[in-house]
Amino acid sequence: MSNKLLMNHKKEFLLFGGLFAIILLIMAFMGTAYGLRMLVEAACYAIIAFGLTIQWGYAGLFNAGIMGFMAMGAFVTMLFSFPVNEQFWSSGLAGDLGSVLLKLIIGIVLIVGSIKITRFGVPKKAQQAVTLVLIGVVYLVYMNALAPVADSIEKEVGFIGGFGLPSWLGWVVGGIAAGLIAYFVGHICLGLRSDYLAIATLGISEIIKAFLKNADWLTNGTLTVSPLPWPTPGAADLGFIMARASYLSLTALVIALIFFLLTRAYNAPWGRMLRAIRDNEVSSLAMGKDVNKRRLEVFVFGSFLMGVGGAILATFNGLFDPNGYIPLNHTFLIWVMVILGGAGNNLGTLFGAVFVYIIWTMSEPAALFVFDIIRNIGDSVGWEAPQDLDSRALQARVFVIGLTISLVLRYAPKGVIPEKVARHG
Amino acid sequence: MNELVFFINKVLISGAVIGSIYAMGAIGVTLIFSILRFAHFAHGDLMTTGAFVTLFLTAMFPEAGHAVGLPTAFVMMPFAMVITSFLAIGLDKAFYKPLREANVKPVVMVMASIGVTLMLQGVVRIFFGTSSRNLFVDDRKEIFRLELPWELASRKIIITEPQVLLFVFTIVAVVALHYFLTRSRLGKAMRATSDNADLARISGINTKTVVTVTWVIAGCLATAAGTLLSLDVALKPDLSFQILLPIFAAAIVGGVGHPYGAVIGGFVVGFAETLAVFNWAILLRPLEKAYEWDLPSNLALVPTEYKITVPFFILIAILVLKPTGILKGQVL
Amino acid sequence: MAIIETKNIHGGYGGMNILNGVNMSIEQGEVGVIIGANGAGKSTSLKAIFGLLNVTEGAIELNGENITNQAPHLLVEMGMAFVPQEKNVFVSMTVEENLEMGAFLRKDNFKSTLDSVYHYFPDLKDKRYQPAGELSGGQRQMVAMGRALMIEPKVLLLDEPTAGLSPLYMNEIFDRVVAINKEGVGILMVEQNAKQALAIAHKGFVLAAGRNRFTDTGENLLNDPEVAKSFLGG
Ligand SMILES: Nc1ncnc2c1ncn2[C@@H]1O[C@H](COP(=O)(O)OP(=O)(O)OP(=O)(O)O)[C@@H](O)[C@H]1O
Ligand SMILES: [Mg+2]
Repeated sequence: MSNKLLMNHKKEFLLFGGLFAIILLIMAFMGTAYGLRMLVEAACYAIIAFGLTIQWGYAGLFNAGIMGFMAMGAFVTMLFSFPVNEQFWSSGLAGDLGSVLLKLIIGIVLIVGSIKITRFGVPKKAQQAVTLVLIGVVYLVYMNALAPVADSIEKEVGFIGGFGLPSWLGWVVGGIAAGLIAYFVGHICLGLRSDYLAIATLGISEIIKAFLKNADWLTNGTLTVSPLPWPTPGAADLGFIMARASYLSLTALVIALIFFLLTRAYNAPWGRMLRAIRDNEVSSLAMGKDVNKRRLEVFVFGSFLMGVGGAILATFNGLFDPNGYIPLNHTFLIWVMVILGGAGNNLGTLFGAVFVYIIWTMSEPAALFVFDIIRNIGDSVGWEAPQDLDSRALQARVFVIGLTISLVLRYAPKGVIPEKVARHG
Repeated sequence: MNELVFFINKVLISGAVIGSIYAMGAIGVTLIFSILRFAHFAHGDLMTTGAFVTLFLTAMFPEAGHAVGLPTAFVMMPFAMVITSFLAIGLDKAFYKPLREANVKPVVMVMASIGVTLMLQGVVRIFFGTSSRNLFVDDRKEIFRLELPWELASRKIIITEPQVLLFVFTIVAVVALHYFLTRSRLGKAMRATSDNADLARISGINTKTVVTVTWVIAGCLATAAGTLLSLDVALKPDLSFQILLPIFAAAIVGGVGHPYGAVIGGFVVGFAETLAVFNWAILLRPLEKAYEWDLPSNLALVPTEYKITVPFFILIAILVLKPTGILKGQVL
Repeated sequence: MAIIETKNIHGGYGGMNILNGVNMSIEQGEVGVIIGANGAGKSTSLKAIFGLLNVTEGAIELNGENITNQAPHLLVEMGMAFVPQEKNVFVSMTVEENLEMGAFLRKDNFKSTLDSVYHYFPDLKDKRYQPAGELSGGQRQMVAMGRALMIEPKVLLLDEPTAGLSPLYMNEIFDRVVAINKEGVGILMVEQNAKQALAIAHKGFVLAAGRNRFTDTGENLLNDPEVAKSFLGG
């Protein structure tokens, strides 16, 4: 029995065995604490990659804005778990901010209400006009109300601080926040061709970043927020190795849970239908509205996972820094993980995430090392290397990521552990 | 009057500048969209690459411009356009064509273009570093200050030489493109291919030639846009993802597959941006005095830091209200 | 020698084979008509001849020259033209531009051909500056045929040129086909109006499930009771 399992999954065993060996090697050379940190981070990326593998692998949805969903999750978890800023809550500012938010909520309710007025026989064109005007008015009122309050918050108390709640709550709510944004974008773009979704998600992630970076009253902006509390005992109590190991166990638990749920969903009618939609967009369009609903579900759920992964990663790093989010690391690296590992295959995705993350981490010293050799050769022949050679060395990695994407798409479009040929009924 | 001059400088001129850039980018994107059927995410970096090619040539022949009295970079631009076009064709051959021939889904092409964008980004930064550069190597940017004939206007309208060159170039390019598409054999073949690629092949149009021409046009316009933008401000290597959104928005607003629509869309997005971040309080100041209003000092619709939201919401609005765009493009 | 001949061709769209051995051949100046049930592979056969899908087995010859899997634009250069069943005009281009696209490969002056196309289809002359997308179905069909004629082909492949047309238009199209054929153009066409088509055909090919079911002259097929029963509607 176990022999048969081994035979059928020889490749998987080999790949994961190799991965395990690499991890051991790294731990031996760079220290256990270093290895553990890398593993936790890789685990967080794996959660995010799961989000992408269901969007892209199960349903063929192109998300070019993973960064935004991650950042959203990270922000929410910061907001929830960071200690309360007593100064802010005891000042009158909290009340002022509350009234601004109240206005915003009323505004949103009005806008949503205006979208529904077609039900009462109002023509669609009129409804659209009303909604547009309302959005404009609500926006202006909100902006004008917020500006002075935000200003005073920044001047008097820095930023509003957190809620002092447990991290895990932040993770969940962070995922939900990411999912909500996905709902908004998906609702508009999923009916259109997939390219439009790519463009829109790229846009939304830049906007989320711009918002988190500039809304200083809420996020402390570029000043960053740290330290974020951990849900597990910190290094001060247990020492680095044990603290990281316990954090790793927690993330491993999360991954196991997600893995279990995904595998079930994949084989359930829901997953089968998704794959049918993905593989044959045209004929399943005949199924009508249902197609877009399924896609929306998967898009929202995938983004939820991205939010959660981003949140767990931020908590682990203990730092919320909106400037730290860059499309390369937080969108395209994840794409590489998924397409290299095998989009649509959970095991492949897990492998891809851990493997690519390790390579990515190791490539930094490697690139510096190579460029150092170049510098030395240059010195010996009288060529003066540019000042910023080190930062250029890191850019070489960008090139490699791009090249990897191109090569994988061309030569191994299904990844190293391809999706099993799907039988959808 | 000074307020009006301020408005002209901040909105009309800036809007026209950025609108021209977006228009040139959007033409390329829209052509690639309609001929090759995918959203070309590497377009921002194609622009940067083109501008860096210009920089390279300018650094090689820093005095070339003196002879004709134009900025050297502008004189070098046509050569850079040629080089970048070849590069674009090469990229197509190496990375897009094999996928196209394997009949992959359009999204896979989008992914491939992201691979290309990262490679271009990497190469540019390895060779030119990450800091911003000045395209004026051996010459200086000329700035024209135009006085208005009225007494009250003590401020001057400011326009720079690169801006003038940009406007002239944009007009020439759009007119030339118009004649190319409506009069020339190859131009018509391009329209035919974008309309119905199968039928074009059946008619004997060699789609490979059309694809090549598409890359040439896209590469040339991207180089021009990148160079002229860098001449006006500075050459920054990190243009890519920020400029993509407005360019795509422009192409979709104009109607995908319509070069003229792309031009219109480019200016719509450009002016929308400058109007949105313009501080209307300045324009209202005379009235404020006359009627003794108490206006806040900043009345911009969108804070400058959030400029990126403008093209996004234009995009969303057009997708919701009229996905075909102004000129009834293809909904891909 | 046959001007166009398919020898036992097999092929499909990537998945299963659709064509399982199609044999057709027409001589210079003949009309060949292909009939068969929906999905029999009629359109697919024409596409295969025109290099639009991969032929995995068998051969296609034009004037004895092997043209199997040749790129379409090369076939056009060799004097072949094809009017597909659907999406056969450039909707965003004017009628005249559509016709010009048909003459894309011609380096000489094609003004006289343009005139003769307008002569064949006088309706089009009035609409020459109108986008083809704004024309009626029958007019589009004329644009499509006109486009194909612009290259002055030696062989013309037509896929259901009368589909969806009123009897009046239909007769007009058949008249044109005959007239074009009189000028020496070999024509291979798919038709649902089998009786009418076979009446003008020199050769007829009845396809079923991607292979020849009957092959004979048009007249013989018309008179064959078995063909009449299953393919000519009684
Ligand atoms: N583009 C395509 N991709 C895949 N399969 C196709 C394609 N076009 C046609 N087919 C399949 O090939 C088979 C033959 O189709 P074809 O169009 O040749 O039929 P036909 O004889 O022309 O029928 P009709 O009289 O309806 O035009 C059909 O089963 C169809 O499903
Ligand atoms: Mg057919």
